[in-house]
Amino acid sequence: MKEFTYTIQEAVGIHARPAGLLVKEVKKYQSTVTITKGDKSVNALKLMALMGMGVKCGDTVTVQVEGADEDVAAPALEAFFKTNL
Amino acid sequence: MISIQGKGVSSGVGIGPLYFYHRVKTSIPRYTVEDTDAEWHRFKGAQTGAIEQLGELAEKARAEAGDEAAMLFETHQMMVEDLDYEEAIEDRITNEKMNAEAAIADTSLQFAEMFEAMDDSYMQARAADVKDVSRRLLSILAGAVQGGIASDVPVLLAADDLAPSETVQLDKSKILGFITAGGSGSSHTAILARTMGIPAIVGVGDALKPEYEGRQVIIDGATGSVVIDPDDMTRDKLLKKREEQLRLQRLLETLKGQPNITKDGKSIRVYCNIGSPEDVHAVQVNDGGGIGLFRSEFLYLNCEDYPTEDQQFEAYKQVLADMDGKEVIIRTLDIGADKQIGYFNLPHEENPALGMRALRICLTRPEVFHTQLRALYRASAFGKLRIMFPMVTNVWEVREAKRQCEDVKRELKAEGIPYGDDVEVGIMIETPAAVMLSDRLAKEVDFFSVGTNDLTQYTLACDRQNNDLGRFYDPHHPAVLRMLKMVADNAHKNGIWVGICGELGADLTLTETFLAIGIDELSVSPRAVLPLRNAIRMTDTRETSPRILAALADEYTNN
Repeated sequence: MKEFTYTIQEAVGIHARPAGLLVKEVKKYQSTVTITKGDKSVNALKLMALMGMGVKCGDTVTVQVEGADEDVAAPALEAFFKTNL
Repeated sequence: MISIQGKGVSSGVGIGPLYFYHRVKTSIPRYTVEDTDAEWHRFKGAQTGAIEQLGELAEKARAEAGDEAAMLFETHQMMVEDLDYEEAIEDRITNEKMNAEAAIADTSLQFAEMFEAMDDSYMQARAADVKDVSRRLLSILAGAVQGGIASDVPVLLAADDLAPSETVQLDKSKILGFITAGGSGSSHTAILARTMGIPAIVGVGDALKPEYEGRQVIIDGATGSVVIDPDDMTRDKLLKKREEQLRLQRLLETLKGQPNITKDGKSIRVYCNIGSPEDVHAVQVNDGGGIGLFRSEFLYLNCEDYPTEDQQFEAYKQVLADMDGKEVIIRTLDIGADKQIGYFNLPHEENPALGMRALRICLTRPEVFHTQLRALYRASAFGKLRIMFPMVTNVWEVREAKRQCEDVKRELKAEGIPYGDDVEVGIMIETPAAVMLSDRLAKEVDFFSVGTNDLTQYTLACDRQNNDLGRFYDPHHPAVLRMLKMVADNAHKNGIWVGICGELGADLTLTETFLAIGIDELSVSPRAVLPLRNAIRMTDTRETSPRILAALADEYTNN
């Protein structure tokens, strides 16, 4: 399993559009991606649940990547967060 | 004749028969299914149909109202194919043996409630999106066509409220105007109506009765008035107004690309005030010559902690790049007074307008200022940047702020980070002190921009938040106009330029005065650019300026 933490820079947090882009990005990989904020965790393939976490600017989230392609997926997702969130 | 008053949110006059928007009422059948597999496929079929519809709508919205409007449908598209939403429906169909319609309705409610319970108004508003998406699926299952106007002639469309998707789907050639019972100026209907130039009035409540359907109605989107069965006089008056507006609109369109030049050849720059990078689109559409005031506060107001250097850099860079080499004046942080931000932990003040605000905060908290200046200078490599400090009262403040700029430039140079070497630095003139010292201040900076709202407040001792002051708060006050003259003279004596970035800049009754005083630049909201250009082009300063300057200098007054 690979893991990284990230502090959200996007002013409006993980709102609809970035959440949608994230889901699309995650779909590219076989690995299961879990996003955790505080005591809440969601599967990053689930848009509504992701939006339901209410992640705001300044919040720190932990991203766990687990699966056959985790070595490729984790750095790619980290780059995605940096560019979009 | 019946008159109803609402809130005008998109100007223009519309006249025609009243037509109520008939929403396809899909009653939701509820029954137990045996073949859950077949039911699941019914849902999947509707889902595919919805994705297709939404894709088409996104393209339609893009063509009619731009990317912002299209994004809404793209979000809907993502929601309708969302795994979470789909799984909740699948669970209801397979395990609870519910029919597809009931499963969709219950799932819709479940997610709408989740969003409504969130403590963030943006997320709360997503509840409407979930419902809208679900309604679409239900309509497809019922074989219903959404949102048609069953009328051969164009109509004034009345509704309780219109969902964004409903507004976009309507056949615009059939709509003369919108009237809604609910809604606000920032609702999607209002925004789309403005973008498409269709008059709209919201918030008429239940005053619009169903029996008015088909009757002749006239609406004025500027005033919010709705008149049913207008008499000839009202009708003629409003029709004349419409003619006038259309004529002006056509005239303004022809002014795009034209210079802001008076009949006798004096030119003045017309720039725009903006509050976020998204506003640049409106500047381009209205042919603004540059950005005269970019309020940087949005970066601080939208966040729960201090925005980082990178976040700021990205926003500034985007505006500079989008403006493609045209001048962009960014005002450094201007909070305090009526704009408070929690994480700054500013102490409570009895009189915040006279307290710790704007440049005063920046000079007291150099670390906050330093971050912003670094972001600004880094962005300066991507366009024509000017930096402007607000709320100056004395020369030392400007010197101290400039010293910080020099420090930042030295740092960047040492770090090998590129920045523009032609960044002009200016100040806002919004205190009587700055006016009185404008001869000295002019020697410190490259330009002045007068903030007329604050200058009026401080000069006239009138709180701008106090609506009861009425005629005492007079932006046309001769004291304010004389100050403008003094500032302009001192600027020009020292070879720098002077602009106005307050609301007064767009006041067309003062355009001749500004030209007489010799103001070099007016920064106004994007929508005010073309009307202002028109006013400038109608003026002959050889006729107007001597009279205005004489009146301004006159020791005697008639009022």
